[in-house]
Amino acid sequence: MSELDYLAPPTVEDAVRALAAGGGSAKVLGGGTDLLVQLRAGRIKPGVIVDLKRIPGAIGVREEAGGFVIGAATPGAVIGEHAGLVGAWPGVVEAANLIGSTQVQGRASLAGNLCNASPAADSVPAMIAAGATCLVVGPAGRREIPVEQVAVGPGRTSLAADEFVLEIRLPARPQRSGDAYLRSIPRTEMDIAVVGAGVALTLDAAGTVTAARVALGAVAPTALLVPEAGAAIVGTPLDETALEALDAAARAAARPISDKRGTADYRIKIAGVLARRAAAIAYRRAADQGRGGRA
Amino acid sequence: MTDVMDRPALKVVGTRPIRPDGVDKVTGRAQFGADFHLPGMLVGKIKRSPHAHARIVSIDTRKARALAGVKAVITAADLPDLASQEYEAGESASNLRDLSQNCMARDKALYQGHALAAVAAVSAQVADEALDLIEVVYEVLPHVIDVEAAMEPSAPVLHAHLFTEGLAERPATASNIAKVNRLGRGDLEAGFGEADVVVQGRYTTKAVHQGYIEPHACVAQVSQDGQCQVWSSSQGQFMVRTYCAKILGLEIADIRVTPAEIGGGFGGKTTVYLEPLALALSRQSGHPVKMVMTREEVFRATGPTSGAVIEVKLGAKQDGTIVAADVVLKYQAGAFPGSPVGAGSMTALAAYDIPNVAITGYDVVTNSPKVAAYRAPGAPISAFGVESAIDDLARELGMDPIVLREKNGVVSGVKAVYGPTYRDIGYLETLKAIKDHPHYAAPLGPNQGRGVAVGFWFNVGGESTAAVHVNEDGSAVVVTGNPDIGGSRASMAMMAAEVLGLPVEQVRPIVADTASIGFSMLTGGSRTTFATGMAVTQAAGKIVEDVKRRAALIWDTTVDKVAWESGQAVCLDATKSAVKPLTLAAIAAQAGRTGGPISAEVSLNAQGAGPGFAVHLCDVEIDRETGHVTVVRYTAAQDVGRAIHPAYVEGQIQGGVAQGVGWALNEEYIFDADGQMENAGFLDYRVPVASDLPMIDAVLVEVPNPRHPFGAKGVGEAPIVPPLAAVANAVRDALGVRMCDLPLSPPKIRAVVDGLAS
Repeated sequence: MSELDYLAPPTVEDAVRALAAGGGSAKVLGGGTDLLVQLRAGRIKPGVIVDLKRIPGAIGVREEAGGFVIGAATPGAVIGEHAGLVGAWPGVVEAANLIGSTQVQGRASLAGNLCNASPAADSVPAMIAAGATCLVVGPAGRREIPVEQVAVGPGRTSLAADEFVLEIRLPARPQRSGDAYLRSIPRTEMDIAVVGAGVALTLDAAGTVTAARVALGAVAPTALLVPEAGAAIVGTPLDETALEALDAAARAAARPISDKRGTADYRIKIAGVLARRAAAIAYRRAADQGRGGRA
Repeated sequence: MTDVMDRPALKVVGTRPIRPDGVDKVTGRAQFGADFHLPGMLVGKIKRSPHAHARIVSIDTRKARALAGVKAVITAADLPDLASQEYEAGESASNLRDLSQNCMARDKALYQGHALAAVAAVSAQVADEALDLIEVVYEVLPHVIDVEAAMEPSAPVLHAHLFTEGLAERPATASNIAKVNRLGRGDLEAGFGEADVVVQGRYTTKAVHQGYIEPHACVAQVSQDGQCQVWSSSQGQFMVRTYCAKILGLEIADIRVTPAEIGGGFGGKTTVYLEPLALALSRQSGHPVKMVMTREEVFRATGPTSGAVIEVKLGAKQDGTIVAADVVLKYQAGAFPGSPVGAGSMTALAAYDIPNVAITGYDVVTNSPKVAAYRAPGAPISAFGVESAIDDLARELGMDPIVLREKNGVVSGVKAVYGPTYRDIGYLETLKAIKDHPHYAAPLGPNQGRGVAVGFWFNVGGESTAAVHVNEDGSAVVVTGNPDIGGSRASMAMMAAEVLGLPVEQVRPIVADTASIGFSMLTGGSRTTFATGMAVTQAAGKIVEDVKRRAALIWDTTVDKVAWESGQAVCLDATKSAVKPLTLAAIAAQAGRTGGPISAEVSLNAQGAGPGFAVHLCDVEIDRETGHVTVVRYTAAQDVGRAIHPAYVEGQIQGGVAQGVGWALNEEYIFDADGQMENAGFLDYRVPVASDLPMIDAVLVEVPNPRHPFGAKGVGEAPIVPPLAAVANAVRDALGVRMCDLPLSPPKIRAVVDGLAS
């Protein structure tokens, strides 16, 4: 009869050792909102589950050098209640809080959403747009990589079997900056993105976009950072012409499949629509911030 | 019969007390199908076909049987090989052979998910491992799921023994068309000849699931002497008893079925899937066996309703008089015959008085799960086509859609296309309720549209039993045999309380097992409040007669000198002016001296159910960039006869609308090229969530049914009939384009918008 071990190591080093000992059959447990569903559906049959939640710092948000460090198992509800984070990166927070239901928000984490490597993960385009990085730990020590380097295909990551993400790091918010995330789902909640778009941008005092990062979800095997889309609005006041160029750049970058959730043609069009709408929200937030208002 | 309808003041009926089952449900105490446990209980699981269509060459269960912890393994070889036989249980006939082979495939797997074998083991994990050890050799066959493809002469044939019924001559070759039924009157050709305007359309719907929250679940136990007990969630414990007896070849007296609380059925729990298998596993193992489906199993192996093609042609005079209607309905039945195309045909034009009509229905087997009843089975599908065409006709004629329906609407005395002559119907009153509603004249915003559609459902009566027991303190228990799927316990208690003159809180309604109350047909057909309510009312009436007799005994007078007023026996005998009225409590306290316990039971076959008419008004707003349709306002009026508990009647209407909106906008079975269902879960099979819907305004129109003691008509099914077309007509209004293929999902809407631009 097959057996399943559960370990909750108290330190990073113990967790790394446990993963290494488990070989390919070990799975990392953060909130478990993907892992437990896959386990129950029989899609995965791990030999050992390594729970990160006992590791100090695994749950919680701390401010560091003006930015934010979010523990790997920090639930969406905690993220949504962190006033500093909500003020600085509202797009990332709203993306994280879109996942699942209120109950799921009590468990679901950013690191879990990232490492589950679904192309449709809501928080990932928002994190990519925000320039988030993650701290990967393993037998060789620690390395910090951009979040867009984690997923390499649906359900596959660049991490070795004995590595895991310990922290998500968001940079300090530049002056006059805003971010936003939008997704398209057939219903209003409790759903999975047919297309997602995250935009983070910075303005100068005149309202011209000086920097912009645009990321798309569910239109390729992994979430995409689309530099051409960002470039399309840099140097503009995000007028109609700039939005059209953004829309076109997003559509050009999208290379989705047709599946039960939507046709490729539809997804391409919606990628443009959502990029445009998310940019408009991010712009408004940046402008409000410039005037000293709350995002 | 105690007819209290004409009493001027009803004290309980028509009020909104808290439901007696409510607290346990909201606090998690209610015992649903999966909550029951017995000592030594095993876990039963099912091996299912991975193929949509395959001959079963062999099933080898030896390795599974040899696995430690496995206590029983069954296949179709462990069940009697039943002959083809139609059997009435509940509201409709089922073929026992098909029912048995749907529970467990015999020679062929007819859909992906079709049960092939079942195991009982000491744990879920062992049971799962045992399933993997069962070796099945398949000969994979070509499959067909699309209804029109299945009708082609070249289509793969599901059943070699199936020859189309309803043709002039018996066909020479087997076909997937199980039956052709025709309904009509007048001269269609002449009718269209008279028409000034003709509209026509071809509409399609996809298979959709009832989507009850509670998966099928049961516990079964067979004792050494052959006594069988079943605890399960269903719409009828007597239906479960009957089908288990037939499928397993058992005596009905040997089976006792206890109904669990039911977490939604919507028609999908009017048949059996697990119970006969759990009994067979228990019989083989000697242990109680629990079986609980996963959500995936519910989608893959239990009843959706049909996907369909609907063709409608209407002819009308310039003044709006509809003179001819030709309707063709093609319904998927799933793996075995028995789609609801018959009811779809009968309801299609039931709201219209049209002289020349032809309705042709095709019942077509396909390699998909056998369809089960789904709330007003068949009616929403045909109504989607007919009501879309009526909307087009109104536009063509330049007429208000409600005025057009009023002009052609049925009234009492009109003979329905499907046979009977209507009595005491409130269709025109219901149309008027919508026409007069502020919603009908409210302005629309940008990108918004408004749609009207109507719906009809027969509602039925049938066999029911009810008992009323008066307790020693004068409170009462009402016992029925109908699972409560829509608040019926509250309604039963209220009707009894009304007759007995008790506060409703002093009447405790229960749903009893098959050994504790007389036979009752299942809860379905919107029959329970009507038929079982009639039995309850009559039983309470017998109690009143009995306590009047006892009061007469106590007062030493004759029963005709005793009246029952406000829950008290009042003495009308002038010679006894000194006596005070006797309450039920006072009479119950001395029951021993007046003949013993106070109790009454009534069994009846209720006739005279009143049909339901629903008129819906829907506003949508369209996001032309993303293709999203948002229902922004919805008003639903319905002739309910008399609302016993108005809040639950409103709840039924709101629930029916919610399901219909899901059907219209997002719900669909999606199959891949191999016939595998791709969205067997609530993530990708999208029922509406609360935030998808506005507050649905339910308008109760009360045209009483004189054949029910309080005037009730069935209410649960009619409200799901109009929404498909109401939404589609609103989308037509907003976009200016008729969309004929459900669901109206965002990619389809966006494609239409793009088409308009180019």
